Amino acid sequence: MAGVDTTIRYFSWVRERVGKGEEQVVLPDTIVTVMDLLMWLKQRDDGFGAALEFPEIIRVALDQEHVDHTKNVGTPREIAIFPPMTGG
Amino acid sequence: MTSQRITVRVQLEDFDQAAETALLTKGRTDIGAVATFAGLCRGEGDTLSALELEHYPGMAESEIAAAANDAAKRWPIDGLTVIHRYGKISPGKQIVLVIATSRHRDAAFDGARYVMDFLKTNAPFWKKEHRKDGAEGNWVDAREEDELAKQRWT
Repeated sequence: MAGVDTTIRYFSWVRERVGKGEEQVVLPDTIVTVMDLLMWLKQRDDGFGAALEFPEIIRVALDQEHVDHTKNVGTPREIAIFPPMTGG
Repeated sequence: MTSQRITVRVQLEDFDQAAETALLTKGRTDIGAVATFAGLCRGEGDTLSALELEHYPGMAESEIAAAANDAAKRWPIDGLTVIHRYGKISPGKQIVLVIATSRHRDAAFDGARYVMDFLKTNAPFWKKEHRKDGAEGNWVDAREEDELAKQRWT
């Protein structure tokens, strides 16, 4: 996945805390699992630190499919990061 | 059980329950049951001016469709219509609609409830409160009960 741009989208209070709805990032090779990704994002700045303060409650979708934190990230086109859902 | 009619829409506009029901029942003489669930915006003791619903376009539709398709496999459902709105919705106004039709009531009731239970925890929508007093509103917290409600089907 080195050198490839991935779109990351943020929703709800995760979006508000990181201060953007989406961005293009090049993921470092050190990221293997979804939890690795969350921990890497969390240390980027204070906004990410606040958004991902409790990473265990954060939901992640890879190419619009829900995934567990233990899953490998692989090479998705789009990653989404958001709080538990409150529709209906 | 042949040709189940499944419709999923995510839209800004309001919906008309009667018109949506008619789309499923018009010209049919084999449907014996229509179960309708509509979710409305609560005013929370007159403190809210609106709920604002944010969604993840594409995934919102696909997660609802997955729940609807599962329900249609699980019960002898003839038709299933699911509409979920996004944007700002005032207290008393409609947010979500599920209509399930079948020959008999059990499939219609269960199918509609199944779709709502999965939609609640799996479809990417989030509600933000807009307060009447102008203070910054909170994002609505997910409820443990919603997660438990889904487990009744496993």
